[in-house]
Amino acid sequence: MTSFMPPADRNWWKVPVGRQELIWIAIALVWCIIMFLMMPLWHVYGKQNLSTEAYQTTPAKFGAKVEEMIGKYKVGEEAGLPIVAPPVGSDVYMLGRLWQWYPILKLKKNKEYRLHLSSMDWQHGWSLQPDNINLQIVPGYDMVLKITPDKSGEYSVICNEYCGIGHHTMVGKIYVEE
Amino acid sequence: MAEFRVCPDSGFYFHKSAESLMKVNAVVGIVALLVAGLLALGVVLTRWQEVHWLPADTFYMVLTAHGINALIFWIIFFEMAVLHFASSTLLRCRIATPKWAWAGFFLMLIGAVMNNVAVFSGASSVMMTSYVPMQAEPHFYLGIILFAVGALIQVFVFFGTLVVAQQEKTYDGSVPLVTFGAITAAIIAVFTIASGAIILIPTFLWSIGYVSHIDAEMYRVIWWGLGHSSQQINVAAHISIWYLVAGVLFGARPMSEKVSRFAFLLYIFFLQLASAHHILVDPGISTEWKIFNTSYAMYLAVLASMIHGLTIPGAIEVAQRGKGYTKGLFEWLRKAPWGNPVWSGVAISVVTFGFIGGITGVVMGTEQINLIIHNTIYVPAHFHATVVTGTTLTFMAITYLLIPVLFRRQLFLPWVAKMQPYVFGGGMTILILFMLGAGTMGVSRRHWDMDFAGAAMAFEYPAIAYTLMAVGAIGGVLGVVGGGMFLAVAVGSLLFGKKLEPSAGILESFAGKPLAASVYNIDKPEVLAMAPKLKEEHHKGFEAPGTFILAMLLLVTFVVYYFINWKYLASVWPLG
Amino acid sequence: MSDQKNNDEEERISGWQSLIDNPFLLLFIGVAMPTVFYIVWGIMEIVNVPVAP
Repeated sequence: MTSFMPPADRNWWKVPVGRQELIWIAIALVWCIIMFLMMPLWHVYGKQNLSTEAYQTTPAKFGAKVEEMIGKYKVGEEAGLPIVAPPVGSDVYMLGRLWQWYPILKLKKNKEYRLHLSSMDWQHGWSLQPDNINLQIVPGYDMVLKITPDKSGEYSVICNEYCGIGHHTMVGKIYVEE
Repeated sequence: MAEFRVCPDSGFYFHKSAESLMKVNAVVGIVALLVAGLLALGVVLTRWQEVHWLPADTFYMVLTAHGINALIFWIIFFEMAVLHFASSTLLRCRIATPKWAWAGFFLMLIGAVMNNVAVFSGASSVMMTSYVPMQAEPHFYLGIILFAVGALIQVFVFFGTLVVAQQEKTYDGSVPLVTFGAITAAIIAVFTIASGAIILIPTFLWSIGYVSHIDAEMYRVIWWGLGHSSQQINVAAHISIWYLVAGVLFGARPMSEKVSRFAFLLYIFFLQLASAHHILVDPGISTEWKIFNTSYAMYLAVLASMIHGLTIPGAIEVAQRGKGYTKGLFEWLRKAPWGNPVWSGVAISVVTFGFIGGITGVVMGTEQINLIIHNTIYVPAHFHATVVTGTTLTFMAITYLLIPVLFRRQLFLPWVAKMQPYVFGGGMTILILFMLGAGTMGVSRRHWDMDFAGAAMAFEYPAIAYTLMAVGAIGGVLGVVGGGMFLAVAVGSLLFGKKLEPSAGILESFAGKPLAASVYNIDKPEVLAMAPKLKEEHHKGFEAPGTFILAMLLLVTFVVYYFINWKYLASVWPLG
Repeated sequence: MSDQKNNDEEERISGWQSLIDNPFLLLFIGVAMPTVFYIVWGIMEIVNVPVAP
């Protein structure tokens, strides 16, 4: 009767709380604290943490860096896109635009690279499959992350942020070699 | 002049002007639900790859309209009715400035229509999020701005009504718990609408050429203050309704006013920070910002939800045990009125919101785990568990209560109403569970073609992903059928339901006009008294042991699922 | 509301209860919290992203 009536006690804050609720609140609070601590702990002990390194850029500036890398390290072509094998540990670039991921990268297994991602036009979603790593790619921002591919094989980058009518055709590639 | 009537079945008082506003807001909300539900069919039948019904351009248009009508127009119109009910009706008070409330309502209506016109003209298929620099037509943004301004006006009428009730002393003591929940919803609504205004007004100016550039990241952060918080209004609103239904159907009293109100207070403080869930894999935002905001400052809003998860069923259990259903742990639950759609709707809503919506929301809102979930179809699966089986099903359930109480009509096709929560809740739960699975396999949201037809390079999802999407779609179709059943009962009742009170005429009644003048025969309702005190009772054990077992079940599910996702995260490429 | 004259218990109303019974104070806090921690802090983060070399 009382959820839609004023509380039975004028001074309801002073009414003691039942044991059952107190126990549940204590358990729930402990769980909340554990979940909260998991995030900083994973930054210390876990291997999958998103870097916060990023720069303001422009499509022209970012595009020039992509072309520079392609010029130096191009090793082939597939489906009209250059395949690039940059040196281990170097700055590697991939751009998203309507509707492709450019260029194709060829990386070495268990080696670290500094991957730069940006968009030339609208927002895109960098979704590495089948590994399932997903990042938001925002025009005007150069997002830098250190990646270490730990399995060899052929990976696809699909776009999972809606970017217009050709969205579903936006598929890129990353090869990881032994 | 007498302005009030009392509902002889429920004892609720209705102020004539407030009643009309509740009716028009609820009815227009249900029309938006009808539109959203029809469009849902287009979405599921296209994403079911073997059917793949709509062409790409139509699909994206339909998806945009489905999202906006369901997530914005349906729920916010209905929430305006809830706010007027929680203030004017529950506090037995006249509504403050009804003319302003009507102005707000019409602005919302104009805005909603304008936005839909923009979307259906085909040149504004930008999704609900309308991420810049993808541009919609100017009236797309203007429609949402007008809608938001109208909603803000109605929210302030709600606050005004609280003031009137306080000054005219229409109630004794503190406001009822349900009203306090509505206050929580209204506060969140103010922040939501303010965020929307901050970002959509410049975006509108950009679309007509007055502003040259909108920063895409700035847009994302501020827009999600609107996009996510609008769904937090729902949480506060539907939890208030759960408390209301517990009181109306079971005579349940909150186990502790202090605990329940404190949980709402935690929502007011922290719930809105979760807008950060959408920014976790964005460039350039610091880890500190992400962790603090995504965890609602140490998961204090999750704590609040877990509290409500215990106190609502707990209050019902205590009430049922008081009626003699004391056998074992769960007789109180077995003997609940499962044939009454008000109860079955709320019960399914509590379970799916807690077990699926709540847990998946916290898991994917974990800073690092978001890497394996962001923008996959896991995300819409999550928010269908919160907004569809959570909020929408609760609003449907309360509609079955409002039809006799507010509209004074008997339910039309009561047997359909009886089955409806099971069909809708069941279908949507299938959709949600299978989409969660597909999302875990990396299937993208907002995507027309799982086969990537026309792409220069091929990518194939595993065959199981297709099966998951297909079964999910069948659940979605069932959900649409369940939604249709609701609309048949709701609209049918307004048009053909037996009148419980002389009405002012069928057309007037449908347009929100109140009942015949003779029904309003009360000048001033009695002052709303405080709830009667209970005898002091001392319990040796727990008051609601069955609920405690259920709550522990929720916790165990939560813990196990949470760590499974960390394990999955650990298997992907190391990055930092 | 907390009408002291009618207060049978003659107890002082707790500060928490006064806060919860005051919708406008709550409105202020409820809007200020996310504005400061989410919006303002978030905008500062974006503004502080350095320009690419």
